[in-house]
Amino acid sequence: MTSDKEIELIRILEHNGRVETEVLAKMLDESEEDVKVCMQKLEDEQVILSYTAIVDWSKVTKEETIAAMIDVKVTPQRDVGFDEVAARIQRFPEVSALYLMSGTYDLSVVVEGQTMDGVARFVSNKLSTLDAVLSTTTHFRLKKYKHDGVVFNQDEKDRRMVVSP
Amino acid sequence: MTQSSLHTTTRKKRLSKTVSNIEPSGIRRFFDLASTMEDCISLGVGEPDFVTPWNVREACMASLEQGYTSYTSNAGMPELRQAITDYMDERFQVSYDPEQEVIVTVGASEAIDLAVRATIDPGDEVLVATPAFVSYEPLVTLSGAVPVPVKTDASTDFKLTKERLEAAITERSRAIVLSFPNNPTGAVMSKRELEAIAEVAEAYDLLIFSDEIYAELSYDIPHTAFSALERMHDRTVLISGFSKAFAMTGWRLGFVCAPADIAQAMLKIHQYALMCAPTQAQHGALEALRNGREAVEKMTNSYRARRNYTVHALNEAGLNCHLPGGSFYAFPSVEATGMDDETFAEQLLIEEKVAVVPGSVFGKGGEGHVRCSYATSLDSLQTAFARMEAFVSRHGK
Repeated sequence: MTSDKEIELIRILEHNGRVETEVLAKMLDESEEDVKVCMQKLEDEQVILSYTAIVDWSKVTKEETIAAMIDVKVTPQRDVGFDEVAARIQRFPEVSALYLMSGTYDLSVVVEGQTMDGVARFVSNKLSTLDAVLSTTTHFRLKKYKHDGVVFNQDEKDRRMVVSP
Repeated sequence: MTQSSLHTTTRKKRLSKTVSNIEPSGIRRFFDLASTMEDCISLGVGEPDFVTPWNVREACMASLEQGYTSYTSNAGMPELRQAITDYMDERFQVSYDPEQEVIVTVGASEAIDLAVRATIDPGDEVLVATPAFVSYEPLVTLSGAVPVPVKTDASTDFKLTKERLEAAITERSRAIVLSFPNNPTGAVMSKRELEAIAEVAEAYDLLIFSDEIYAELSYDIPHTAFSALERMHDRTVLISGFSKAFAMTGWRLGFVCAPADIAQAMLKIHQYALMCAPTQAQHGALEALRNGREAVEKMTNSYRARRNYTVHALNEAGLNCHLPGGSFYAFPSVEATGMDDETFAEQLLIEEKVAVVPGSVFGKGGEGHVRCSYATSLDSLQTAFARMEAFVSRHGK
């Protein structure tokens, strides 16, 4: 498969990971076998890391989750910079995302939990106690409007006429 | 004659003969039928399934907030005309003078009307490559001229050939209407294929009205603007707009690029009939040209993938379909069912609740085919083609 087609395949999957191989093959004008091989290669090379669903948990009342974005200032370490402390933080299962930032703080940690208490405990007991961590500022997320390019509570319907020239 | 003899008790005719003789669009009947159906999947829509990019909508709102609510110059805002000529030069290597050779119109449809009215006299003949967009022939008729369809068909992948064109030319022929990438067939003509048409135009001294509204949506080869061909700049009226590439159909904004004498004649009609295109839409269009490239590419990529899927799925369903090189339509043959295109479309709608448009409404050469727009979600396409496959296997010869 050409690199153009490979990029097209990645784009389609990034948008919708559930498109069946048979459909992908038709969209790319390739054989199913070639598509499978290409996807395997992308997975092996960790270009494609995972196929997940974007969930609006606010509609699943029993399972309401709480999320916080925590700005963390850390002391970078000789030779490894921020990577070592990042590696320690990302291992906590509560951490759903972790980014190195420019600006007034260093790491942005996204933590998800069932209760506000749980998140607070994580910050005070686990995150703040790491040697390299200098300070933390915790912001609780109040509402999700858009995530990974997907708008929650989308109300833009197809307003086109059924048949037009 | 005395004054009183002009009085009459019977009513005079109210409608012009020209208008009375024009058939209403065949699409209308289908629209009426499909609109009554619930849960109908429509492949009958002739417009993008994207909403206009946000930056364009936002620029339009900003223009209103800033109070840009007056007329613009007749030909359109000077900065928009400049942006149009820059865009045409960069994308299609054709250069026009924004002062004298460009008019911003109310949709590409107005531009077609202007082109015909500015150059054609009653009795003249205008050749129209068909199947084609439903407006061309009636607009020619409305101007008192005679439309002469030149049929294309599946044997040439719906491309116009020199031979067919020459066979239709008479001494009254004045112009040819071309529309590639084509609605409804999706056909695209290469530079070389267009050059053959250019030779004919030159040999018989014909004008070319080239409707290139789908120019951005050419998936396999770069689009060739007709006026980019050698010696064609002076005999081409290039018509385009924002509807398809920028997903701006409802904005009603098109433009035309033509040699100064023709453009200025068109402007005369435009200034009396329309004054100018809507100011808000022009502000949106300016933003689309300045910062819309990325959105166009994203949409084009999305159409290309759906085009590929559609052609495979239709052929698998038993409906023979050539590869459409552009626009967002596939134009399969319904021969496998033994039905004509009208019956097929009607039965498909009733039995499977899938709306397609019968090819014959787009003129000669469309018979036996249906137009399927793939500007709809992949999910809908999958369901629609599964239903069509069931329909064909039930009715197959």
